[in-house]
Amino acid sequence: MEKNFKQQLMGYMAGNFTCKEVAQLITEYLEGSFSLSQRVRFQMHMGLCLACRNYLRQMKYTVATLGQLPTEPVPPEVKEALMNRFRTWKKEQSSENPPSDSH
Amino acid sequence: MSLFLWPWPSSLFVALGVPTLHDTIQLDEAGLVQALQRGDETVFSAVMEEYSGSLLRLAMSFVPSRAVAEEVVQETWMGVLEGVGRFEGRSSFKTWLFRILTNRAKTRGTREKRYVPFGLPGSDSDGDDGPSLEDSLFVTEGSGEGHWADPPQGWEADTPERALLSKECRLAIEEAISGLPDNQRQVITLRDVEGVSAEEICNILSISETNQRVLLHRARTKVRRVLDPYVRGGNK
Ligand SMILES: [Zn+2]
Repeated sequence: MEKNFKQQLMGYMAGNFTCKEVAQLITEYLEGSFSLSQRVRFQMHMGLCLACRNYLRQMKYTVATLGQLPTEPVPPEVKEALMNRFRTWKKEQSSENPPSDSH
Repeated sequence: MSLFLWPWPSSLFVALGVPTLHDTIQLDEAGLVQALQRGDETVFSAVMEEYSGSLLRLAMSFVPSRAVAEEVVQETWMGVLEGVGRFEGRSSFKTWLFRILTNRAKTRGTREKRYVPFGLPGSDSDGDDGPSLEDSLFVTEGSGEGHWADPPQGWEADTPERALLSKECRLAIEEAISGLPDNQRQVITLRDVEGVSAEEICNILSISETNQRVLLHRARTKVRRVLDPYVRGGNK
């Protein structure tokens, strides 16, 4: 009964987003590229639809999880090789531009 | 010397861990760039430690193997040393790093026949790899048309931490990312894993904002689907 009422109410609101549109536009919403009227319509749908509220929260959690992925381990040999290349570069630099030659 | 005139807020500090000193050095970006221009080994070592993991992750989205990606990271740092004298601070240091890496990785990826430039036919240039990803989430016929086929459930409230605590789930996420089309993988890596702004990503990858969002949306939708079974059941 309550569900029917909600569906009716959502139907009455002209221009409201459907669940599928919400799912398709969710990144636009999260990335802040909505117009004011789109945002209002989106939030109206959210207010009435638990499934879409869950979906939005899932997307936010997905983004948060990605942000906490551990960094890619860089092998020590690669770092060592880099430091050696750095030292070579520095030697070449100082022979090309002696320190006395200040600009 | 124009270094001191650069418009960085003085509150912007980059804290770098220096493992050998068991200490951190604090430098604003201008200080960091100056130190690199001077050839300061401690600073180079610290900056390299700080960013190489991020660079490697991004490099792997352009080239076919981890070994080649590691070479690209090395080439990137050499590019940094060669170019740091001309760095003008028009972008953040991190964005500049990612751009150098992207340029090197594209060159390398083309040579290794992996990287396909945006905009070529069949290159997934608009992120369009088939029908809408949402189609499978909704009922397509009958009275329930347009409704969620399997209405999204609540996820555990501590999802990000919880998901990554499980090795199985972490691997699934990494696999989901590496299985994405290259350009989707590049965008989600920069935006969500590295936290680069959308505007900077367009600049780094030379793509439009709309394209950036389409690629991001497709990538996020796929990763969400992979994550779902691991963290379902929060509303109990
Ligand atoms: Zn809905």
